[in-house]
Amino acid sequence: MTILLSLAYLALFLVVPPLLPGVVNRVKSRLAGRQGPPVWQLYADLARLARKGAVYSRTTTWVFRAGPVVGLAAVATAGLVMAFGGAPAALSFAGDFVLFAYLLGLARFATVLAALDTGSSFEGMGAAREVTFSSLAEPALFLCLMTLARATGSISLTGMLGPALPLAWGHAAPALLLCAIALFVVALAENARIPVDDPNTHLELTMIHEVMVLDHSGPDLALILYGASLKLFLFGALFVRLILGFSVQGAAGVLVFLAGLVGFAALVGIIESTMARLRLVRVPQLLVGASVLSAFGLVLLLR
Amino acid sequence: MSLALVIAGLALTSCSGLASLALRRAPELAQRAASAVLVAGATLGVAGAATTLWTGGATEVHARWSVPGGSLALRLDALAALFLLPVFALPAAGSVYGIAYFPQARRGAQAVRLQLLYGLVTGAMALVVVAANAMAFLAAWEVMALSGFLLVFTEHEKQDAQRAAFVYLTATHVGTLALFALFSVLGSAAGSFDFGRIAQAGLAATPGVFLLALGGFGIKAGLMPLHFWLPGAHAAAPSHVSAIMSGVLLKTGLYGLLRVTGLFAAPPAWWGLALLVAGAVSAVLGVAFALAQHDLKRLLAYHSVENVGIIAMGLGLALVGRAVGDPALAVLGFAGGALHVVNHALFKALLFLGAGAVDHACGTRELDRLGGLARAMPFTAGLFLLGAVAISGLPPLNGFVSEWLVYLGSLRALSSAAPVVAWTALAAPALALVGGLAAACFAKVVGTVFLGSPRSDLETRPHEAPRAMLAPMAALAAACVVIGLFPALLLPALHHASAAWARLTPAASDTAARDAISAARAVTAAAAGFLAAAGLLASWRRRRARGAPTAETWGCGYTRPTPRMQYTGSSFAEMLTLRFGWAFFPRARVDPPRGAFPHHAAFSSHVPDTVLDVALVPVLRSASWGAEHVRRLHRGQVQWQALLVGLALVTLLAWRFLWW
Amino acid sequence: MSAWTEMVFILVVVLDFFLLASSRLRAVIRAAAAQGALLAVLPLLLATHATELGHVLALSIGAFVVKGVVIPWLLMWAIREAAIRREVEPIVGFIPSLILGGVGVALAFAFSSAMPLPIPEKHAFIVPTALSTVWTGLLLVVSRRKAVTQVIGFLVLENGVFVFGLLLSDFMPTMVEAGVLLDLFAAVFVMGIVMFHINREFSSLDTEKLSALKD
Repeated sequence: MTILLSLAYLALFLVVPPLLPGVVNRVKSRLAGRQGPPVWQLYADLARLARKGAVYSRTTTWVFRAGPVVGLAAVATAGLVMAFGGAPAALSFAGDFVLFAYLLGLARFATVLAALDTGSSFEGMGAAREVTFSSLAEPALFLCLMTLARATGSISLTGMLGPALPLAWGHAAPALLLCAIALFVVALAENARIPVDDPNTHLELTMIHEVMVLDHSGPDLALILYGASLKLFLFGALFVRLILGFSVQGAAGVLVFLAGLVGFAALVGIIESTMARLRLVRVPQLLVGASVLSAFGLVLLLR
Repeated sequence: MSLALVIAGLALTSCSGLASLALRRAPELAQRAASAVLVAGATLGVAGAATTLWTGGATEVHARWSVPGGSLALRLDALAALFLLPVFALPAAGSVYGIAYFPQARRGAQAVRLQLLYGLVTGAMALVVVAANAMAFLAAWEVMALSGFLLVFTEHEKQDAQRAAFVYLTATHVGTLALFALFSVLGSAAGSFDFGRIAQAGLAATPGVFLLALGGFGIKAGLMPLHFWLPGAHAAAPSHVSAIMSGVLLKTGLYGLLRVTGLFAAPPAWWGLALLVAGAVSAVLGVAFALAQHDLKRLLAYHSVENVGIIAMGLGLALVGRAVGDPALAVLGFAGGALHVVNHALFKALLFLGAGAVDHACGTRELDRLGGLARAMPFTAGLFLLGAVAISGLPPLNGFVSEWLVYLGSLRALSSAAPVVAWTALAAPALALVGGLAAACFAKVVGTVFLGSPRSDLETRPHEAPRAMLAPMAALAAACVVIGLFPALLLPALHHASAAWARLTPAASDTAARDAISAARAVTAAAAGFLAAAGLLASWRRRRARGAPTAETWGCGYTRPTPRMQYTGSSFAEMLTLRFGWAFFPRARVDPPRGAFPHHAAFSSHVPDTVLDVALVPVLRSASWGAEHVRRLHRGQVQWQALLVGLALVTLLAWRFLWW
Repeated sequence: MSAWTEMVFILVVVLDFFLLASSRLRAVIRAAAAQGALLAVLPLLLATHATELGHVLALSIGAFVVKGVVIPWLLMWAIREAAIRREVEPIVGFIPSLILGGVGVALAFAFSSAMPLPIPEKHAFIVPTALSTVWTGLLLVVSRRKAVTQVIGFLVLENGVFVFGLLLSDFMPTMVEAGVLLDLFAAVFVMGIVMFHINREFSSLDTEKLSALKD
């Protein structure tokens, strides 16, 4: 039974993610008083991009062509260790959340190298900012996951997000709440959302993630957009499972999980509509603040 | 049997340089012969070490000698065997590399000296690892240090080599002084200089012993703030010498620390905590300094400081585990640290050899003058990229495996009931920060050197490195890939080594080892999944993007984009180096553009090593100013000098015999 | 009931972090006001059946009015008069002060149980929260340049002392709290006068300019 559930979640992991950016954009449009694109717009975009041809810059080498492939493969593999909706992950072992974080790091490394390969100053700029902010977000993510590990007594994502989580909320609620807030900030930073980065801006001087993928086209861009939606799904799954810390069995659990994800995307959309992007010098302060919050949560559990 | 193999290998490698001396009339043959002898000796040594690692036993040999306080004892146990692997393997790779990089036909006497010292330093390092008597240890230590100094001094006509070698010599002798003090204390307390006797004597674990060991071995290992000799020495030495200095020489310091702490049955917990904190500081500041460098080899040297910090973090966790009696923590921490010793040796050597290939082809090590070398040197670029991915700790390569084991150690500490131990888990976020910064730094290096377009015109046209230089790099890269994909292969060996060091019974540590092995198999499964996914996507994309046209990079509206507009290494790292502005003291020279149509403008910045250039050198300069004035006492005449020495001696003797 | 009290203490520490990290003066004043209001509610939460509900209620209302309404209003008036909005360049930057604050909080929570203080009957979080708040107040006073932020730092310091006072409220109830509140009010009043004079003299509330007074 649990194997079926895990397989079902893996299938959802491959199919549902493009829905999330659609929900975000729809919420933003509605809050701005517009109709907005349909929620399945990204699916249509991906299909269209996959059909198109690609153009490669003369300055680039095989690193540029490998970037999107490695990035998507790494994010997809990270989904193997993630325990969606509290069900056991496809692959679970001690310290698997370290593999999770480092696979996302590998995806980022590949994208950054592909950006530097183009020899364009704008892509270099985006790459420089991306590595700065992500290295400051790493400690925050690890502190969150370690707080969760200490609260649930397990060092594998399956154990941390499984049946032990409702019990942990019972006795460590404040620490987990702080952890959830910090995790949300990290999710916003890693997925290039406001207040860290603006996914809708077209001025290269203000972009971080968008400017790194400026030179990719056709199937490469499809791989990158799909990989970005997978990453948003992964962080959303982690956050939703943490917040909805109660156990629901079977198919109802899957529905609750999906509803939670839609809620997460809506929340991201609301935040994007109501806040402005932070000045770039303030982003490290935000990330260090998230680290300090999650460290405080861990301290509460260690004393 | 295995000890005999190791001793034979040791002897053979020490004498390998003689071949190049004897055959110096035919330089090419001489160099190849010396290299072959060294590789043969290394093979013997590796075979001996691997046998001991596999079986987990220990062999000893004692020989009488004229030095008092014990015998010439040599001991090969699993711990020594683990360290012997990089000691023999790396110089073998380096000597093959040297055939093309430092050819005797062109360099003549310098190359002969280099070969002699290369073999000698290998033999000395192997002797340091197998020595089981403090006097033998110190003798081998000195030989290793002096040959290291002479190796750094190889290209002695260069100013930076002279300065770096001198700083290295001073630093290593200060460390050796601490080690002399340490071993005299231990030896006089135990009545013998044999390590076996000292371990059985059950000495009290005094703070002084640990501090002397940390100071003496820390200088050799390059823990901050005792790392000040590292960047200069590793940058000025020839690349294959830097490879063994970074890969192996530093590790002998960590080996010494392990040996000395292993002599005590119950080391106190604060030893582990101190090592953990020192390691964390080294790791974070090492990678921060590396980000600020613009010289390729200096940058790699600072990364060695960072990785030594990571190893020290693992070993600190292991010491804490020994102190509180948690075998799982001791095994995991040790396994992480020890595997990182081997891994770092492999990928750091790969990176230094790659840097040497770049230097050889382009004639410069300045990052901001290079660019786009992946087109001219595809194999070097690919191998260097592999080394960069490995050192950043990214899966599926070996750097990830050792860092993951250190994380497992700190997570084990997290779940411990003892309060002090649980707080050591805060090392994990520090390690995460270090990992992120290391990935940033190597994205900078690979992006600036190999990707993009050339940033300046170089004197020589870059060409691919010759096969003699590529083959050792490929071998090291293959080892990185194998360890990364199949970590479960090495874990039993690490378990034996940790049990040997921590004096654990097999039953106590078996569960932890078995859990780690099953988790390691899962890592292999994940790596396989990743490679399969990447392969599928690559073939899908190749079908889709067949025959894609090429064009200029989108210049965002600029009519005449030039390669000079690319991001340089310094600009890439600027945001991060600003964060660490409290540790750096950057010196910048600016020639700003003037007028409405500016002609010439220039900017150059340099970040000197804080400990060396901002703290030590000014202090020592004022000390030498004081010493100048004291020197006036004897007015430069021999008679006055002799008189002063005699007076000092008489005073000392009087004080000793009259007042004590 | 105990879970809510724990929440209040944690919220107080989180507000400490916000005070250290924020540069906008209005937000900082509001955060300090919120912290004061939260702490005003604490005596009610910690009240057992033994205490007289009347005087605890009076104390809470008094503290809420003074710390949550009056003093913030005074400070808002001060920054409106001086027309300043931000603490632009503190002596210790925002990230270092955040990290220092975090380290102080961690040490406070780690070592508070080792200190010889009468804790258990009340709540285990009183001493660490008090120490963290005092440390935050000290950091604010020492590391900021604008006089308004230093006044807020003093306020936060008083908040920390108030939390300590909750330990003793069984023994010397009215005296302690009333004394603290009066002390606070007088100090802020005096500082308000000083700020008015600084602003009048220099047209700015930057305390660095005070060093221009020396010959």
